[in-house]
Amino acid sequence: MQNRPPQFEPIIGRYFTLNFNGRDHRIYVEEAGSGIPLICLHTAGSDARQFRHLMCDTKVTDRYRVIAFDLPWHGKSNPPEGWQDKEYQLDTKIYKDLVRAFSQAMALNNPVIMGCSMGGRLVLHLALDHPNEFRAVIALEGADKLQPYYDTSWLHRSDIHGGEVCAGYVSGQIAPQSPNKYRWETLWSYMQSGPGIFKGDLFFYWQDGDFVDRSNNIDTLRCPVYLLSGEYDNSCTPERAKDTHDRITGSKLTIMKEIGHFPMSENPDLFRTYLLPILNEISEE
Amino acid sequence: MIKLLQEIANDDETLLRWGKLVTCKVLIGVGDVDFIVSIEKGRVDSLRKRTLPLESGVFAIRASEVVWNEYWQKLPKRNYHDLFSMFSSGLATIDGDLTIFMQNLIYFKLLFAAPRNCLRELPSAK
Repeated sequence: MQNRPPQFEPIIGRYFTLNFNGRDHRIYVEEAGSGIPLICLHTAGSDARQFRHLMCDTKVTDRYRVIAFDLPWHGKSNPPEGWQDKEYQLDTKIYKDLVRAFSQAMALNNPVIMGCSMGGRLVLHLALDHPNEFRAVIALEGADKLQPYYDTSWLHRSDIHGGEVCAGYVSGQIAPQSPNKYRWETLWSYMQSGPGIFKGDLFFYWQDGDFVDRSNNIDTLRCPVYLLSGEYDNSCTPERAKDTHDRITGSKLTIMKEIGHFPMSENPDLFRTYLLPILNEISEE
Repeated sequence: MIKLLQEIANDDETLLRWGKLVTCKVLIGVGDVDFIVSIEKGRVDSLRKRTLPLESGVFAIRASEVVWNEYWQKLPKRNYHDLFSMFSSGLATIDGDLTIFMQNLIYFKLLFAAPRNCLRELPSAK
């Protein structure tokens, strides 16, 4: 039997050790393309596989070096030594410092940064506090203020399968129009997340990341801000994205019809129609 | 439409796979009418109107008939498209002991949404 040689995707994955806050973190990072660095931040409780379609899109990779990494405790990035002794919890300072440490370790020059959900919130914090470090920020499903509507304690209990309940929680954040194969792939990464990790991320997403009192200080002349919100997102709803947009003078808002909370993974073909004009605009500035 | 839930759910192999450990009674409120759904290893054994005041389920999900009909559209409007989104937007309520609901969340979401697989057109919420 003669096998066809493997048709490799253009994505290259590697590991490196990042010393952060005095501890070594083994980080897994994937990238594809060349040109302007574009850092991609995954959602809470998931990993960088969410950006696999973007990294195989030549309309993006012809001009952008797309870089997506798994946060420590996520995907193929290990938790640091001693993780078993303490409950995981992500807060604004740790998250912000970690992403900046990653960018510096990778020696990225004035990258664009795009994050989804908690990543979308984080890039807004970066635009406020470190506008000179980023060429532009793209917040997918990111807002400066959110309203929690569920009890996160269900997500980490010995009598409930963590992976299944995490996937069950977020399943309703996917638009009904999204293709079934991508719906279940998006949920699969949630089913694989470590115990208590989604819950720990949600501390930042639901609580610590609120900065409605300061978001109006973001200077979009120094760091352009793009907000994209899916019609079917019921946490960072289009209304909350609009409120955030109204507070950040000069920001640009796009409401994405027939998309939910995971645009890049739940409906990549539709998402690119919203994202490509923004990437064009940023690359031409 | 709710009366079709039993027939549709029991023909759905994916649903039965996710529900193989689920045995319980659940209350579904459609407007002012309560239904008791009896589930045995993921199969809906019976679905009938509640007749006794002390009859109940381990948990109860209630919404108006208009809301359920929109939820059961093939492509529901936003906020009507998922149980959690109906709770967060105030379109539906959930009460009772939620342990078995959370332990089998994917199953219950598939079960409640099963009538979407029926091709019959429903009146849409305005």
